[in-house]
Amino acid sequence: MLPSLTDEQRLLKESLERFRQQDYAFEKRKTLLARLGAADDPVWAQLAELGWLAATLPEEHGGLGGSHADLALLMEQFGRGLVTSPFVPTVVLGGTILRLAGSAAQQSTILPAVAEGTTRLALAYLEPPGHPDPACVATRARREGDGFVISGEKLAVLYGNVADHLLVSARTSGEVGDGHGISMFLVPADAPGLAVNAYRTHDSGWAADLRLERVQVSADSLVGAMDSGLETLEAALDAGTAAICAEAVGAMWHLHDMTLDYIKMRKQFGATIGSFQAIQHRMVDMYMKCQLAQSMALAGLAALDSSDPIARRRAVSATKVQIGRAARHVGEEAIQLHGGIAMTDDYAAGHYFKRLTMIRLMFGDEDYHLRRYRHSTAD
Amino acid sequence: MDVRERFQTAALRAFREEVRSFVRANLPEDIRRKVAQERMDLPREDQQRWHKILRAKGWACAGWPKEHGGPGFSDDHRYVLERELALGDAPRPMIYGEGMLGPTVMAYGTEAQKRQILPGILEGDVLWCQGFSEPNAGSDLASLQCKAERMGDHYVLNGSKMWTSEGHIADWMFGLFRTDNSGRKQEGITFLMLDLNLPGVTVRPILLFEGTHEVNQVFFDNVCVPVEDRLGDEHKGWAIAKYLLSLERFGTAEVSRSLASLARLKAFVRDQDPFRHAPEQRESTERRIAELEMELEALEITEVRFLFKQDGANEVGPEASMLKVRGTEIQQDIFELTMMCAGGYGLGARRDESAADVAATRRGQDSAYPYFNFRKTAIYAGSNEIQRNIIAKAVLGL
Repeated sequence: MLPSLTDEQRLLKESLERFRQQDYAFEKRKTLLARLGAADDPVWAQLAELGWLAATLPEEHGGLGGSHADLALLMEQFGRGLVTSPFVPTVVLGGTILRLAGSAAQQSTILPAVAEGTTRLALAYLEPPGHPDPACVATRARREGDGFVISGEKLAVLYGNVADHLLVSARTSGEVGDGHGISMFLVPADAPGLAVNAYRTHDSGWAADLRLERVQVSADSLVGAMDSGLETLEAALDAGTAAICAEAVGAMWHLHDMTLDYIKMRKQFGATIGSFQAIQHRMVDMYMKCQLAQSMALAGLAALDSSDPIARRRAVSATKVQIGRAARHVGEEAIQLHGGIAMTDDYAAGHYFKRLTMIRLMFGDEDYHLRRYRHSTAD
Repeated sequence: MDVRERFQTAALRAFREEVRSFVRANLPEDIRRKVAQERMDLPREDQQRWHKILRAKGWACAGWPKEHGGPGFSDDHRYVLERELALGDAPRPMIYGEGMLGPTVMAYGTEAQKRQILPGILEGDVLWCQGFSEPNAGSDLASLQCKAERMGDHYVLNGSKMWTSEGHIADWMFGLFRTDNSGRKQEGITFLMLDLNLPGVTVRPILLFEGTHEVNQVFFDNVCVPVEDRLGDEHKGWAIAKYLLSLERFGTAEVSRSLASLARLKAFVRDQDPFRHAPEQRESTERRIAELEMELEALEITEVRFLFKQDGANEVGPEASMLKVRGTEIQQDIFELTMMCAGGYGLGARRDESAADVAATRRGQDSAYPYFNFRKTAIYAGSNEIQRNIIAKAVLGL
C-alpha cells in the first residue's frame, strides 16, 4: 500500500504476509475465533511475540517507536488476512490516548504491558442513541472525596469485555454536545458498579454495552486535563479511523483479487465469465475503487502526523467517507460477481464483506463524516 | 392516468379492508414478528400454520382456479391480497408448491398426477422444493448434468442439486434431470418429481455467511424414481421449466414487501430518533428515505402497467425482468439505509426473537442481518445479470 518501503518495513511486510497466509489462514480462522479475547488467546500472544503490538508505541515505554507508515503496513495486512483482534482498541485508540494525555505513571505502567501483550484496552465513548460525535456524552463524572464517581451508559464498546482497562469519556461539566467539559478516565475492568453486556459483532469480533452505576475511581484515574478530554478523544478516534480505513483497503484488495481469480476460472455458457464485457467493466470499477481508496487511506494516515487538528479532521473524514463508499461497492460487487458461492459461510468473501460493513459502521458512517468534513474549517 | 386507480373500486376497497382485518385478527404474533424482522428462513411449522389459516378462509393458493380448490380470484383481487398480506407482515406464500409446481401440474400433468399432487399443496400438507441449479449450472441452467437414467419403469438419479431453498424442510422435490446428452443442451432434460425420503437422497445444509440455513445441496446416489412421477414427456423438461418460471407474476418485484420495510424504517427514525443530536443527518436520512419511496413508486406503477395491459392480455413479457432487477435493488437499498441508521447498534450479531420488528425495537440491533441476507436476491431466481441479458435479447433485440 505504501509508495515505498524501507528495508525494515519490507521485513515487517514479509512477516505479516507469512502470518496471515500460514498462521491465520482462512481455514484456521474459525478455530482461532473461538478463543478470541480469552486470557490465552493464541493470536494475541503471537501478535505480541512478533513485536507488532509494540511496533507503533513509543520507545521510552517499551515500544519500537514505529511511524504511521508502520501502522499502515500492519493494518493493510490485517485487512488482507481478515485478522480479527483487539489491536485497534488496545494499541491505536488506547495507545494514542495514553501517549497524548496519560500521566507519567499511567504511561509507564500501562504502555509497556500493552507492548508485551499482557494488558488490553478499550475505548468507551459511544452512547445511546448511537450518534458517533464524541461530544455527545451524557455519562457524568462527579468529584467525591479524593476521587470521582462515574455514572452512565456506553454503547458498542469494541472489545469492552476483554479489556483490562477501559478508557471512559465522561462529562465533568456542560451538557450533551458541548465540546468543553469532557474528561477521560482510566477505569479498571473489575471496578465495582461496572456492568458489561458482551456480544459478538457481525465480523466475529467482540463488543459490549456498559452500564456504569456510581463507579468510583481515584483522582489519578483522570487521563489528561479535566474538562479538556475531547481533543485527545478526537485525536484517538481519528487514529483509529485512519487505521481501520487502511485495514479496509487491505480487505478490499483481497476481495478484488479473489473476484478476479474467480471470474477467470468460473465457466458458464461455455466461456469464463471474465470474458464477458459486462463483467469486465464491473471488475474494472472494483479495481478503480480499490486504487482510489488506497490513495485516501494514505492521506488519512499521513494527516495523523499533522500538528493542525482541523487539517487532520478533514483528511480523516474525507478518507472515511470515500473508504466507506468504496467498501460498500467493492463488497457488494465481490458477492454479486461470485454469485451463490460468496453467500456461503464456508467461503471467505462474505466474511470480508461483513468486516467491511462493520468498518463502515464504526467511528461514524459516511453521512456523519461528510458533515464533519464540511464543519471542520478554520473559521 | 394513474393505473393504480383500478384497485379503488368499491368491491376492491371492501376486499382490502376484509384482508386487512383478517390478517390483524388471525396472523399469529410469533410468525408476524419473524416476517417483520425480514426473515426468510421461516420454519416449516410456521409456514404450514399460516397456510392452513388462509386455507380455512378459502384464500390459500390465491392464484388457483376454483376447480382445483383455489379461490378463483381475479388478478385485481390477487394483487390486493398480496399487498395486504405483505403490509400485515404475513409470510410469503410457499412458492414452490403453490406458485410453481401446482399451476404447472394443472397445465402439463396427467389426471392422476393432478389428483395426487394438488391436494397436498392446497392443504399445506406437502412442502416442495425446486431442484434446478447445480454446482456448474447456475446462470447457465441448461448446462445441468444431474443424471436420470431410464431403467425400465423407473429412472435412476445420480449427481447433485445446489442452492436448494428449503430442501431441509421439504417433503418432495421437483427438478430437472439430464436424460440425454447427445443434442443441444436444452434437449434431453426431463422434469421429475421425487420424494426426498427415497433411499439414496442426502440433503446437506449450506449455511449462509450471516448464519441462516435456507439452502442446501441435495445429493442423489442411485435414487430410483418411478416413471409416473415424470411431468410431461421424456427429454422435454426444458419447456416445462420455462413455463413454470414464467408463472409467478404477483409479488416478484417485492413492491409490497418493500413498502412494509420502508414503513418500518420510517417508524424507526420517528420513534427511536437516532439523530436527535444530529439534525443535519436526520435531514439527509429523510431525503434518502424519500428518494427510495419515489423509486419504489415508479416500480410499483411499472409493475401494474406490466401486469394489467390495456388490451386485457394479462401475459407478461420479458420486460418483467426489470421488475426483479429494480425490485431487488431497491429492497437492498432499504436494508442498507436501515442498517446505517442503526449506527453502533448495527454492530452486534445478536438476534432478538421477541423483538416486534427488525428496526423499531432495541434500536435496530438486528438490522445488519437483512442487509447481508438479501444480497442473495440479486443472485437467485435468475441473477440480475441474467435478467438484464433477457431484456437485452428478448426486449431490445440486441
